[in-house]
Amino acid sequence: MPRYLPYLLLLPATVFLIIFFLYPFTQVAIESVTSNGEWSLANFQKATSHWKFGEAFKNTMLLAALVVPIQLVMSLTMATVVQKLQKGRSAILYIFAIPLGISDLAAGLIWLSIFEQSGFLNSMLVGLGLIEQPILYLSYQSPWIILFAIVLAEVWRATAIMMVIIVAGLGLIPREYGEAAEVFGATRWQRFYKVTLPMLRPSLQTALILRVILAFEVFAVVIALGGTQMPVLMSETFNWQFNLQDRGVAAAYAMVILAVSVLFTLIILRALHVPKEART
Amino acid sequence: MTSFKTFLGAVSGLALTFGAVSAQAEVLFWSTQAQPVEETQKMRDEVVAGFEPGVDYQAPETGPWLTRAQAELSAGSGAVGILGGLHGDLTAVRGGLSDLGDIDISAIPADLAAFGKLETDQQKYIPWMQATFLMVANKKALDYLPEGADLNALSYDQLIEWSRAMAEGEGSPKFGFPAGPKGLKHRFFQGFLLPSYSGSTVTEFRSAEAEEAWGKFRDLWQYTNPASTNYNFMQEQLVNDEVWLTFDHIARISEAFNSRPDDFVAFPVPSGPKGRGFMTVVAGMGVPETAPDKDEAKALIEYMLKPETQIATLRATNFYPVVAVDLPEDVPASVKASGPAIEAMTSAEDALPVLLPMGMGDLNGQFNQVYVDTFEQIVLAGRDIRPTLEQQAEALRALMNQAEAPCWLPDAPSQGACPVN
Repeated sequence: MPRYLPYLLLLPATVFLIIFFLYPFTQVAIESVTSNGEWSLANFQKATSHWKFGEAFKNTMLLAALVVPIQLVMSLTMATVVQKLQKGRSAILYIFAIPLGISDLAAGLIWLSIFEQSGFLNSMLVGLGLIEQPILYLSYQSPWIILFAIVLAEVWRATAIMMVIIVAGLGLIPREYGEAAEVFGATRWQRFYKVTLPMLRPSLQTALILRVILAFEVFAVVIALGGTQMPVLMSETFNWQFNLQDRGVAAAYAMVILAVSVLFTLIILRALHVPKEART
Repeated sequence: MTSFKTFLGAVSGLALTFGAVSAQAEVLFWSTQAQPVEETQKMRDEVVAGFEPGVDYQAPETGPWLTRAQAELSAGSGAVGILGGLHGDLTAVRGGLSDLGDIDISAIPADLAAFGKLETDQQKYIPWMQATFLMVANKKALDYLPEGADLNALSYDQLIEWSRAMAEGEGSPKFGFPAGPKGLKHRFFQGFLLPSYSGSTVTEFRSAEAEEAWGKFRDLWQYTNPASTNYNFMQEQLVNDEVWLTFDHIARISEAFNSRPDDFVAFPVPSGPKGRGFMTVVAGMGVPETAPDKDEAKALIEYMLKPETQIATLRATNFYPVVAVDLPEDVPASVKASGPAIEAMTSAEDALPVLLPMGMGDLNGQFNQVYVDTFEQIVLAGRDIRPTLEQQAEALRALMNQAEAPCWLPDAPSQGACPVN
């Protein structure tokens, strides 16, 4: 094998990343700290001084804080169930993973068709005689219902991606550890908590980083269900770029999302640190 | 094998030739208007189809529209032949529009044609079509019309009273307002509510009269369907009976008349202490400096101004002609309904015409956002009117200074940027 072959094989992906990721990224980064051709933080000042910034930041964090833990618990449960199955394991896995194949906007629209005033939920409740008139759920008067609907849609849509990673991670844990613990009289819960979870760290790390970053970028589901009533960082980025036509401020928003993502990635890496000796 | 190769070669050669021919001949009409799919299709099949060299009519959203227009202009070459858009859209690219002074526009009223100069001494765009906003009521709503109120001379107080009576009589609010993400709420504040009370869109933004106007709107909001923050095109809620009384752009209420011609009435917008403020919307066509074939683009503009094309455009988009035409008998029900209402509104004694924002360039979106932010804070978030106006007036003043935009009607002409008192 020629020595340069690995580099040659890496080349297409590298070129792709440079052209479609690194180059635009650098441009956005530069754009965020320049205004009228001079270095300045005016874009950040303009972004943060707008009355919606605080709300968008709060909503994004709140959504991530609600969605990710629910998804973590659910995906761990789902993965463990799948793992234990003797029959029909892949069938269940596929069924769990179906929402993954649906685009986030489509997922948002599906849940919108449920929660709308003329949606499925209302027609069902009216049909059952539980309510007389369709109720307006997704209204500016009830932001908590909008938030709830978004959390529901996000959990439905994106739990499977964590589950898939965790299923793969569970498959990598040698059975002997669990069996050894059983011999020493560990209960099921103890085996899960003391053996499986620590051994799962690398997979959990990946799953959490991926999921948390995606949570900070939440956009289409929020737009579909909340319109402009539930601003998040990403929707404000879009708004500044396309409706308010201020690319500098949009770039500043993008940098804020990046900063938050990097910060949380570091926190997760640190919290779920896998010692070098323990890596397989 | 060889014959197969020859065949392939011939086919690709043919394809190349055809590709080249069509690329040369078709004019790309890049437009922010007629965005709903049905309207885009009508524009293609019934309006531009008659232009011999062929037209590729594309109606992207405003953001992507501007991005491509600016990209082509800064690249110095492009495929777009005609840029179609609202006055404000075209203002954002005025630096790249070529002079259309050699197109005969004597059929267009001079004051309308003057918009197309975009504050330069060249004819940057040619007016294409125009529209305004009206009130619409389901005939069932007329039972609740306050005593003594004249539909053609309604006041804001009567509108509030009417909406209140309906909300109480029907058990739920029947007034609807296009406050959704794509609704034209900002136009209502800029062109109707604020001018009617303060006689101004910009200068008197934080005046006591403006404060009163927002207070009135807050009163009206109590009797407004709370789902209004999801309403974009009011025709949908009119047709499904969710709303009985509303305000919107005539192109956004036309479906109601066309699908149920006997059930609705159109009438002029209400008036306030300073008059009956109403805004006229002008769309135009410009030719970018980078157009592949400017002569053909100009020929297409001339084609678009023919009376029969203008009538076809009216049928497709519900925007009115900019040249004098004789409307045929079989115009859509929406045109029959809006025509007299527009006439009554524009010729009313207290008529107060308001122009679309001018000279804001690419700050147009942020200008609109000031009014939307004010609405969201005062009406949706329930904040106090005075401090909100003070804070938004700062933002407005900064924008006006940045754009260096002089005042437009109904504000008094200014030297330099339009002041915010």
